[in-house]
Amino acid sequence: MNNIICVCGHENPEGTVLCGSCGRPLTEEAENQKLVDMRYEGTARRSQTFNKSIVDKIWNFFSSVKIGVSLIIIILVAAAIGTILPQVLYVPATGAEDIAAYYERVYGTFGKLYYELGLSDLYGSWWFQTLIGMLGISLIVASLDRVIPLYKSLKKQRTRRHESFMKRQRIFGLGENQLGEDTWTKSEEKLKELHYHVKREDGAILGEKGRFSRWGPYINHLGLIIFLFGVMLRALPGFYVDETMWIREGETRAIPETPGYYLKSEEFILETYDKEQAGEVFEEAIDRVGTIASNYQTDVVLYKKPEDALPGQTDKLEEVKKDSIQVNHPLKFEGFSVFQMDFRLDELRAMHFNLSNKASGESLGEISIDLVDPEKSYDLGNGSKVELLGYYPDFSGFENGEPQTKSPVPNNPAFLVKMTTPETPDGETSFVAIKQTVEPLGDNAYKLEFQNVETRDISGLTVRKDKTLWILALGGLIFMIGVAQGSYWNHRRIWIHETKEGRLAVAAHTNKNWLSVKKDLDAVTEVAGLPPYTDQHDLEASEEKKDGEKSS
Amino acid sequence: MAQTKQKRLIVRTSILVILVVAIVYTIYTSATKEKVEVLAVGDEAPNFTLVDLNGEEHRLSDYKGQGVFLNFWGTWCKPCAKEMPAMDRQYEVFRSQGVQTLAVNIAQSDFEVQRFTDQYGLDFPVVIDRTKSVMEAYNINPLPTTMLINQDGKIERIITGEMTEQDIASFMEQIKPD
Repeated sequence: MNNIICVCGHENPEGTVLCGSCGRPLTEEAENQKLVDMRYEGTARRSQTFNKSIVDKIWNFFSSVKIGVSLIIIILVAAAIGTILPQVLYVPATGAEDIAAYYERVYGTFGKLYYELGLSDLYGSWWFQTLIGMLGISLIVASLDRVIPLYKSLKKQRTRRHESFMKRQRIFGLGENQLGEDTWTKSEEKLKELHYHVKREDGAILGEKGRFSRWGPYINHLGLIIFLFGVMLRALPGFYVDETMWIREGETRAIPETPGYYLKSEEFILETYDKEQAGEVFEEAIDRVGTIASNYQTDVVLYKKPEDALPGQTDKLEEVKKDSIQVNHPLKFEGFSVFQMDFRLDELRAMHFNLSNKASGESLGEISIDLVDPEKSYDLGNGSKVELLGYYPDFSGFENGEPQTKSPVPNNPAFLVKMTTPETPDGETSFVAIKQTVEPLGDNAYKLEFQNVETRDISGLTVRKDKTLWILALGGLIFMIGVAQGSYWNHRRIWIHETKEGRLAVAAHTNKNWLSVKKDLDAVTEVAGLPPYTDQHDLEASEEKKDGEKSS
Repeated sequence: MAQTKQKRLIVRTSILVILVVAIVYTIYTSATKEKVEVLAVGDEAPNFTLVDLNGEEHRLSDYKGQGVFLNFWGTWCKPCAKEMPAMDRQYEVFRSQGVQTLAVNIAQSDFEVQRFTDQYGLDFPVVIDRTKSVMEAYNINPLPTTMLINQDGKIERIITGEMTEQDIASFMEQIKPD
């Protein structure tokens, strides 16, 4: 590794453009420039210092701003592609086959392609997450590579810089000292009045303010990194839970992903606005739409199983609390929130039948079959009974003469029953379904006549726990602090030197808002009689313009 | 100079390694999240206790020292129904060799389960998971799912989908205690 030793004796790492101490240009390129490039104070970005081992090569890859920007663009494009069709999560299908079929059916060949390329689950794909991870590495490496040399360089900057440094500043002036020694004291006073930190040595003044604005971008990156870290934590167990559960009125169910909690639904309530009571506010809307829901609510009891209880042991559940879950009023416990998200009304709960004589229409009594917990036999008390031979909650047809059910949910209940009456002591077999009665063993004298149903509602609840939220908020806050720091403050420096010939040289630099630093310098010039300065950038620009005019 | 270079190499390598490990771990866990196998082969099988149709309590830990063929099922699930008779036959073969069969029904009514077991003449204990808490603990998604639990109470294998009689025999053989 070759260090560059400046004329002033300061040792600079390879790749340095401007001497860290006196500011002399160290490269031929810098020497030939009219204005110096003040980015990172002309220090060697760490990645540029050497390029030898494989680790350094990887490091340099991530340190590159070009790579960082390319990653951002690739991620943006990919994220945009993910919005063309709905993601798997929002598709009303479950199971790989159904989902594939859904994409093809709804979106045609393009949908099929989209699904097969894995774009339907883009944000969860390994390659998208890898890109985000690489962006994270890029943020960290590129920031470290720049902030450390910049910090060191600003910390050890000298008050007196070399004339060649001064001359190459955008704002530069050279002239006679009109006030002699006075000019130093007056400059210092005025700079201090303008809230500059002033360093003074023999024949040189450095006024500096707002250096911390230079850390803005890095604070900003830090915020982003914290944010990404928070998102990363979601993948770890215990930090993030997002589950749905359906619970019927009267049911007790284990709450998914929670340590031994059970929920019992007492009642689901759907309320609508009453035209009379809601008055003027909703009157018009109610007239237009018909009904407007005013409340979705599930009354629940939260239970916890005792420490020593095992899954499946439900007789010893301890009641934790009763609560009403409403929209925006979740049930909260141990970091979990249970939200009211969805509902289904009127699932069949029980069915009532009349056992009646087909010929005379005479009824022998009524039975009620609980669809959740049917009984084996229903005794009507007058020597008649109905025995349940089979129950098919979601009847889907016969297979080899055997009734089938396609789910355990009572969507289409059907029963195989044996009816015994004093008149028919041997019993008659009948298959009873909604709108369908089959008498497999010949004509019966009696039938089960459908009366009515009892129904119950189902609540759709979301169980959520997010321990990363405060990390995301912190990351966002730090991000914004960084933005403000870099945007609303400027790093300004004003150098005043006595040259070897006894003349006065002034130079100024800022990272943004040149008008303000000129105003500051004007104010100092006025009291301290500094030589007039020129904005060499303007000169350069106007020369370029002239060149441009000529060539066109 | 050689020293700073050495230091730099170590610092850079460690930063990169930490970042890469963190990212790879994150991607790995989120990629496998869908099939959340909170339970994996080699894990301790979560203990539970459920009551069978005869009112008898079955606690998994009571079967320590035996292999347990733990089958999750429902009456509406056709592959479940298909494998039941084969399971029953193999249960008769292996019960004397220390392999217990336990069928866990997912929250159905006594009537349906009883009728099903009568229809198929099942002899092994059938328990009902009324609150789905055992299903939750074992993270059962498709039915049927079968867990092979060895004599040490560790999960030996997780099988989702229908099994042939041959499969069942070889699985029971696998968890036969020494």
